[in-house]
Amino acid sequence: MRGRMLRNHAFRALPALAAASSLLLAWEIYCRLSGISETTLPAPSQVLQQAWLNRDALWLNTVPTLRATLFGFSLSLVLAFLLSVVIDFSSLMRRALFPIFIASQTLPLVAIAPLVVLWFGFGLLPKILLVALVTFFPMLVALAEGYGSTEREVEDLLASMGASRWKRFWLARLPSALPYFFAGLRISITYAVVAAIFAEYAGAARGLGIYMLNAKNNFRPDLVLAAVLVSSLLTMLLFSATWAVQRMAAPWIDGTSRRRP
Amino acid sequence: MTAPLLSLDRISLSYGEIDVLRDVSLDVMPGEFVSILGPSGAGKSTIFKLLTGAVAARSGEIRFAGRPLAPTDRPFAFMPQRDALMPWRRIIDNTTLGLEVQGLRRKQAHQRVRPLFEEFGLAGFEQHYPHALSGGMRQRAALLRTVVQDRPVLLIDEPFGALDALTRNQMQIWLEAMWLKHRWTIILITHDVREAVMLSDRIHLLSPRPARVEQTIAVPLPRPRFSHPTARAEAATIETSILDFLLSPQIQEQQGQLP
Ligand SMILES: Nc1ncnc2c1ncn2[C@@H]1O[C@H](COP(=O)(O)OP(=O)(O)OP(=O)(O)O)[C@@H](O)[C@H]1O
Ligand SMILES: [Mg+2]
Repeated sequence: MRGRMLRNHAFRALPALAAASSLLLAWEIYCRLSGISETTLPAPSQVLQQAWLNRDALWLNTVPTLRATLFGFSLSLVLAFLLSVVIDFSSLMRRALFPIFIASQTLPLVAIAPLVVLWFGFGLLPKILLVALVTFFPMLVALAEGYGSTEREVEDLLASMGASRWKRFWLARLPSALPYFFAGLRISITYAVVAAIFAEYAGAARGLGIYMLNAKNNFRPDLVLAAVLVSSLLTMLLFSATWAVQRMAAPWIDGTSRRRP
Repeated sequence: MTAPLLSLDRISLSYGEIDVLRDVSLDVMPGEFVSILGPSGAGKSTIFKLLTGAVAARSGEIRFAGRPLAPTDRPFAFMPQRDALMPWRRIIDNTTLGLEVQGLRRKQAHQRVRPLFEEFGLAGFEQHYPHALSGGMRQRAALLRTVVQDRPVLLIDEPFGALDALTRNQMQIWLEAMWLKHRWTIILITHDVREAVMLSDRIHLLSPRPARVEQTIAVPLPRPRFSHPTARAEAATIETSILDFLLSPQIQEQQGQLP
């Protein structure tokens, strides 16, 4: 059973793997045949080789990025959850706060990132804040919509049993929101890594963002791409982790929903 | 003659501009199986919403056990039109929902429902999630969730409407057997005339919206009706007369159109 599932997954990943390898292969062949300078466009094989040679430096710069991502994301989850409860219980609060949340999404990161670094220094804090700023709103919307998706019948049933508003939230609205929550989680975790790198780009002692910036300034596109590779791997890792958490925390979602990417 | 357990006295109710109930009066005896039969959209589910306190009447009175029903009284266990099982709860936890809301600990609640799984044809499915159950099993689970609340009256809204004909028949036979054993007081909403005749002691026939009780029909047939030699034939006669009544010109006229 388990073996079959694994094989099924592998089979489904096959088209994606084939497409990616053809692209890489074309890129490699182009670099070799055209004789393009490796300070302009390095071949994938060279990026891999350099990534391996510089693995210590890369790792050293990955840790702060991962830390900023995880802390920032956790902060955003806690805030999004607390505020989602507040606006679910009070329509007054919803009307007061929602426009502010939307406005927070219109801030251009390019302008905001250097300012946040200016205000909060080169340490971890501004990165956490920027990651939280970027991921907070999608999480809040996912939760709010999830609460709203609660079946009318289920709420009527609980009301007929004499359940209080708080019990109805706890027993029906919150679990109803879980599929939305995990969908939101997958979207915002991909934003989170990018936001952390962006924050580092605006100023940091260490991190993948600053590593990319330095590599670019030293005319080492191969190292820029090596760092890009690491950040993509990081995102994919976090993305898969959300599936694992979902399967552990809410195994029933798999059975109820048919759609899966 | 005993006094009714529940009576609705000239209840009127409207949703904004729409008149849904107009002077609905009906009663239910203790231990009685009563059906409310009426066309779709008549206001049948609205009667249950009224009893469970989800909506309020504009006028009229509800009396339970001789006293006016207070808003905090909850003598009813309600089974909604769709089964409303929670996909995130295992079957056993779905069936204990009412007990948990009443404040029982999960473990005690489990102990209370577990012996009933056999009788409800759900043995072995305690730990399954609802999506793994057939339509008939889901309805039995929803019914189990209703009866374990241990309320004086069960309100069951079209429990078998979504099932295939064969399963629906099996469920009706099963429900009659369960009722004969436990003698719950049941109000069943249905728009299936045969179902009403085969299961109930009395049928309250509703007119199209705005609903009023057009006629109350006693069904004095021997039980269990599905296996009784003559009950089925007699039931068919009653069924025909009800259908004749529902299809009669003055009722049709009220509806304003042919169904
Ligand atoms: N919340 C509401 N607001 C406005 N109108 C409503 C509301 N709920 C129900 N109605 C209307 O009241 C009427 C009666 O609805 P109800 O659900 O009681 O019908 P029903 O007899 O149970 O029908 P069915 O057999 O299709 O379930 C319908 O015409 C419906 O459109
Ligand atoms: Mg209805």
